[in-house]
Amino acid sequence: MILLNSREIIGGLNMAERELVIPGDLLGEGIAGSGTYMENGKIYASVLGLAERKDKLIFVIPLNGIYSPKTGDGVIGKIEDVAFSHWIVNINSPYFGVLPLNEAVTDFVDLTKTDLTKYFNYDDIIFAKISNVTKTKSVQLTMKDRKCRKLYGGRLIKITPAKVPRVIGKGGSMVEMIKKYTGCQIVVGQNGIVWIKGEKEDLAIEAIQCIEEKSHTTGLTDKIKEMLENGEGDKNGTKANS
Amino acid sequence: MGKVIKMEQKLIVDGKRLDGRALDQLRPIEARAGVLKNANGSAYFRIGKTIAVAGIFGPREVHPKHMEEAETAILRCKYNMASFSTTERNRPGPSRRSKEISKVMREALMPVLFLENFPKSAIDLHVEILQADASTRCAAINAASIALADAGIPMRDLIASCSVGIVEGHIVLDVAGKEDTEGDVDLPIAYYPKRDLITLLQMDGMVTKEQLKQLLELAKKGAMKIYEIQRQALKSKYMEE
Repeated sequence: MILLNSREIIGGLNMAERELVIPGDLLGEGIAGSGTYMENGKIYASVLGLAERKDKLIFVIPLNGIYSPKTGDGVIGKIEDVAFSHWIVNINSPYFGVLPLNEAVTDFVDLTKTDLTKYFNYDDIIFAKISNVTKTKSVQLTMKDRKCRKLYGGRLIKITPAKVPRVIGKGGSMVEMIKKYTGCQIVVGQNGIVWIKGEKEDLAIEAIQCIEEKSHTTGLTDKIKEMLENGEGDKNGTKANS
Repeated sequence: MGKVIKMEQKLIVDGKRLDGRALDQLRPIEARAGVLKNANGSAYFRIGKTIAVAGIFGPREVHPKHMEEAETAILRCKYNMASFSTTERNRPGPSRRSKEISKVMREALMPVLFLENFPKSAIDLHVEILQADASTRCAAINAASIALADAGIPMRDLIASCSVGIVEGHIVLDVAGKEDTEGDVDLPIAYYPKRDLITLLQMDGMVTKEQLKQLLELAKKGAMKIYEIQRQALKSKYMEE
């Protein structure tokens, strides 16, 4: 048990704000938030990431990881299968999403006469909201939201789901800035899929990938702003392939 | 054992080993996180002439479907030695040895993982030994543990692993090269530092109770040094700039 004491010194009892932590690092006492776990009344980090403390709540913002569906998230998905009265949607997660007919279409549909591919066909890209996730990870989707729609054309890129908040920025500031400089339509799914459509798609993609790479550094907004300003001239006339 | 073995070359001279190390000294170690582009998490771990590369894929959908567990994720480990990893060409493909190491590796890593966070999914771990010079399973576990953390998989702690042995009556840390083939005892362990648990212990040769205690004490010390290097590897991936 002497070893355990030496570990505590490594972890650092007094965490500074936003410190890089490694699984097993001691974070102190309080309420265990996401990315942490409690053992013997003390909180330890369970993922590699940046530790933060808000009042008593201690949590770790992960730097990597897959998307785990949460109720209320807006995600971009691809229709994988059309079943009798629902669609199976790939949402870039170990679990698929189910979009039932009544959550997708408002008008009356006679199932004996209509082909559901009329609404959503295989390989269609949709922006949907997660309405429910059960304990066994059955994911239900809904289109009953102002933002939900089918996405036509454009391009999709994948980013690490943990970095989605950085791409969006505080109150959507980062994504708004990219939209302003490139004139592209951009939709960011919480599941790490980004849809981009517009003239300067390449520049927008470059900017988003840059955010992903440098997401843990400070002064990110300025770096991206500079990049967008410089990249503006030479990226003109790039053909969009949808 | 009391048996006198005739050898052309003494393995330990004046408390120094063949490669010039002291009895309780590790070989030079190099560890890096995030070396494979297409994996969710990956790591490179080199100790002396032993090189291991680990890649994590997942959590992802389970195929074949019947392996799926309703309440937790499953961890699937694959240890493989490259055919060019040894001086004599290694027959490629799974062997009795590689299957055994895959199994013990999985059991060594399982206790620290929060597999219940990802029900109905699979985490695939592949470890490739590019160069083998004793203690490959330790290198494999060390690489795997860095890769798991790099992939952002929730875990209680990192697992550190190293080997100890008895060579010509001396207790040594980190058995390498000739010491492995000609030494008396080879004992690899995997160590879970925070709870002071040993998650893997294998041994060949014979030891007394007293010796075993000393061996484990030394192995834990060695594992703690490796643990620090693993942590450093993960930190330096994000701290360079």
